[in-house]
Amino acid sequence: MSEHVEELHVGGSTGTFMKVWIALLAMTGIEVLLAYEQVPTLIMLTVLMGLSIVKAALIIAYFMHLKFEKLSLFLTLFPMLIFCIVLMLVFLGDAARIPNMRPTF
Amino acid sequence: MSSQASVAPSLWEGGRSPYATNSKKFGMWLFIISDSLTFSALLFAYTYSRVTNPDWPKPFDFTPAIIFSTVMTLCLLSSSLTMVMAVHAMNHGNRGATVRWILATMAGGGAFVVLHLSEWLKLINVEGVTPAHNPWNVPLFGGTFFAITGLHMTHVVCGLIYLTFIAVGVGRGKFKAEDVEVSGLYWHFVDLVWMFVFPLVYLMSARVG
Repeated sequence: MSEHVEELHVGGSTGTFMKVWIALLAMTGIEVLLAYEQVPTLIMLTVLMGLSIVKAALIIAYFMHLKFEKLSLFLTLFPMLIFCIVLMLVFLGDAARIPNMRPTF
Repeated sequence: MSSQASVAPSLWEGGRSPYATNSKKFGMWLFIISDSLTFSALLFAYTYSRVTNPDWPKPFDFTPAIIFSTVMTLCLLSSSLTMVMAVHAMNHGNRGATVRWILATMAGGGAFVVLHLSEWLKLINVEGVTPAHNPWNVPLFGGTFFAITGLHMTHVVCGLIYLTFIAVGVGRGKFKAEDVEVSGLYWHFVDLVWMFVFPLVYLMSARVG
């Protein structure tokens, strides 16, 4: 049992880590390029958040070894986290309306 | 109960480790999840403040501010790679290499803190941005900016102290592979948070020309 556990923890090889690092650098490069090109705000925000989530997933899966842990650990931790973060979006629609509700003198 | 156990012995009946991790690692994961909620709340506070203020400033010139923060990102990303290498070396029982990789990680983290502090000092002294005042009359900009980056920098500094203890301990023959791995989890989390702070706070406020 303990030998099996040890084997699970030694996940990934040096080559994989280098590839993940290069992918992270490339995505950061794309993000900076978008900032330089001054893409419209909504597209910019969508692409940046999409890339950031992919980067976060890569870091969690490979650098933090979650890909090599038991699925039950992932299921215990992440669905709750994602649900709570999405809940924080609830009032964003109201926040976006506030500037239009200001009295115009 | 006994009849159930004879049908299918479940991992969840106690006495076994259902996640096949040690308690330290599971504890660190729980800390990371709760800390991500803290940072999410701060980033949402920033988003809400920004959405409700149409005159939100874009204070970061592409050169030098964005280039500068990109270099900071590079330092932090590379320090994550060296941390993975440290965990990898420790898993293979190579303590000397582990200490060297951890020192490389600390160099990356240290460079990040120094660059970040010099950026802060420039903002405060040259551009007149403080947590409560700034030239654009949107005080929330300074408040949210310094709260988010300040809390993140605090995490980096705590990580540096944590890694110092781990490096010294590993060098003296103390600590097991899992201890280095747990410190690695913390360090990667700090990197991960920056992957959201950098685009939202810096890149979304970039000014070209």
